[in-house]
Formats: sequence, C-alpha cells, structure tokens
Amino acid sequence: MTEAGFPPPPAEIPPHPLHITLTQRLIACHECDLLQRVIALAPGGEAICPRCGAELYRDNPHGPQRTLALLLASAVAFVLANAFPIVSIDTQGLQRSASLFSAVQTLWDEEMPVVAGLVFVTTLLAPAFEIFTLVFILSAVILGWRLPGLAHMLRLAVATRPWSMVEVLMLGVLVSVVKLSHLAHITPGLALWSYGALIVLFAAAMASLDAHDLWERLSPS
Amino acid sequence: MKPEGFSRRSAASRGFLSCHTCGLLSRQSPRAESTICRRCASRLHPRKPGGTGRSWALMIAAYILFIPANALPIMATGSLFGSQKDTILSGVMYLWTEGSWPLAALVFFASIIVPLGKLLILTYLLVAVELRSIRHRRLRARLYRLLEFIGRWSMLDIYVVTLLSALVQLKSLASITPMPGALAFGAVVVLTMLAAMAFDPRLIWDEPRPEPLAAPIPHTDVHV
Repeated sequence: MTEAGFPPPPAEIPPHPLHITLTQRLIACHECDLLQRVIALAPGGEAICPRCGAELYRDNPHGPQRTLALLLASAVAFVLANAFPIVSIDTQGLQRSASLFSAVQTLWDEEMPVVAGLVFVTTLLAPAFEIFTLVFILSAVILGWRLPGLAHMLRLAVATRPWSMVEVLMLGVLVSVVKLSHLAHITPGLALWSYGALIVLFAAAMASLDAHDLWERLSPS
Repeated sequence: MKPEGFSRRSAASRGFLSCHTCGLLSRQSPRAESTICRRCASRLHPRKPGGTGRSWALMIAAYILFIPANALPIMATGSLFGSQKDTILSGVMYLWTEGSWPLAALVFFASIIVPLGKLLILTYLLVAVELRSIRHRRLRARLYRLLEFIGRWSMLDIYVVTLLSALVQLKSLASITPMPGALAFGAVVVLTMLAAMAFDPRLIWDEPRPEPLAAPIPHTDVHV
C-alpha cells in the first residue's frame, strides 16, 4: 500500500471509467468525508481512504456480463432453494419436512406474525428483490435500454442490501440440524445445497459488481 | 450545520455534498433547502439527518428490549413428559450440558455477545462524538465498520427457533413452539441495525476547532 503524498496532479489525466464529479475527479470518503482525488488503479487494485481506511473503489477488469451471469445463477439457486424442503426429520416413523416458506407459515400459525414477517422479509423478500432487480438492471444496461426508472431501481436494490440475511439462515439451519440430530434422523433436502450455492454465487456476483461504473452508465447525461 | 462545524479537509466544509447512494459530489446550493443528486435522485445531506438523536433513541429502545429478549422464553419444548420453556441463556446451557459445547459457544456468541457488543460499541461511538473526542479516531472508524458487519448475525437464534418450530410438530410426542421472547429479540436485532444505520461515521471526523492549515487535496491510497 503506498502512502498518499501530495504529488502534483498528473499533467494528462488518463482515460478512466470513473467520472465522479464536475471539474476535477474528486471523491468524498463515505465514512469520514475526506475530500480526495480519484486516481487510476492497477488491475484488481483497491483504493483506500488515507484518513480512515475505508474502501472507496476498486478496479474491476470484468464487465457487467460476468456479474449478470453470476446473478442469473444465483436466481436459479434461489428458486430451487425455495421450491424444495431444507431438511426432513424422521422420528418414530413420523416424517416431516420444512421449506423456508412452510417455516414462515408455521410461525404465522403459532401467533407470531411479527417474527414471521421478519423472517419472511430477511430470507425471502429482500434477497428475491435484490437478485431480480439487479438482473433486470444489468440486463437493461448490457442491452443498451435507457429506461427512466433504472436509477431508482438501483437505489432500492442498494437499500435492501443490509436486510438480506441468507448466510445467517444457513448457519441457523446448521445449528438446528445439529440440535435435532440427537432427537431424530435428519435428511438434508435439495434446498440446503441450493442455499449453499446461492450464498457463494451471490457473494461472487457482489464482488464482481462495479457500482461506480453502473451509476455512470445510468447517468442521465 | 455551519461550515465551521466540519473538518477543514472534509468535503462538506468546502461546499460539496456527497451522495450516500452513488457517491457523486455536488455543489451545495445556498438557495435550495434540500438538493437532489443529479445522477440517482437521492436527497443530499451534508450529514445524516436527525444527527445523533435518532441513533440514541433507537439504541436506548434496543437496550430496553434487551431485557425481555433474555428474560422471556423464546421457545417452548413439549414432550410426553410435559412442557419446558427455554430462554436464550437456558438454551445455551442446555447445549453445553448436552455436550455440544461448540454449538453452545456459537449461540452464546451470536445471541448474547453480538447484540450486547453492538450496543456497547454504538454507545462508545455516540459518547465520543458528543464529547467531540479526537483521540483514537481510526479505532472508532474500524469499530463502526465492525458494527455494520456483525449486525445481521444475531438473527441466528430467530432462524433456529423458526426451523425447529417448523420441523418438530409431532403433537404430544414432541413439539417446539416459538414464544414472545423471540419477538423481543427480533426487535433488538432490528433496532440495533437501524441505530447503526442512523449513525453517521463522518461525525467521528468533524472537529469543533479548525485544523491548523488547510492541506491540499490528497490522493487516495492505493492497495494492490
């Protein structure tokens, strides 16, 4: 990591996909508001705020096509994860299986509507919205459609990011399975593997997503 | 907020507003009360609206609800031998005595340590901002990033209760049902997340007194 000195600005600003603002290419750190210049990065490089250490932007050599492919795969994994049961329990000859949706239903039936709503939002609604909205936006960008609502959609997709908690759900499934394994025989369902795939694919999609580039392309000018 | 309230090197003190959604810098217009970002139409604010007040309120509410979240049972286990109610702590103890101590540690960490840790860290951050402390600012910046990251993991127990209730429904033989403690606990998780989201980390770096000399605008650090 090279320390930021105060060298004179380059005489010729090399072409760069990041066009942050008006006259100079400036950026304000979103965590400490330090005003600083945007610089060109080596492939795969990452720019860090010299004052507080927050990650500001990174160089993304792949285009949106790769992100879209990963998102489409995530979407498939998501649909599979919800179509099938997560685990099945077999005890004393009685069998019962649960998909996420049936689990939310159970909470609802057990007079816990708020918790049911919370689980529904964090494991079904938010992830679904995020994935499908991003698929739509990226498809539009790649196909060159200039739809007016795209920037708003991206804003909403970004806003749902903290509320999508599928990874925590996975850990919850793990803990539940271990807890129940003393009681009865547990069989993992297809959905369990789909959830695993979803987490990996979605993480890869988010890592390859170049948000700054996307905002640039959605810019009205 | 007057420009003197910001650090000399911050964008806000130089009349720039940074969009929290897309990062675009815009000139602060003295005429318009509320400006919108040209690129994504989000409202622009020099700092998050509501100041520290919103964070304080949400955090205090979370502290209050932390008590019933741990005192009330989160699930009831019914078997042929009768019904047993479990709070988060008694659930951890059960796992421990059953021999699954890694699981006990995990649930204890996710359901007690993480929410409490979030509350304590947020309290520290808020108090330091109110006292306008300029020491250990980088540490506080790191703590804030930690706060954002660990928030969601305290939902673990909620998902465990959800799945167990859905699976173990064998009437009088064995049944697990969720209880009101889960609602309080869910509320604590949501409130701590909202409180952390309402806290503006840029406040850590705003200074009450002007810095000695206005430095030229630096370049970003590069990490390859």
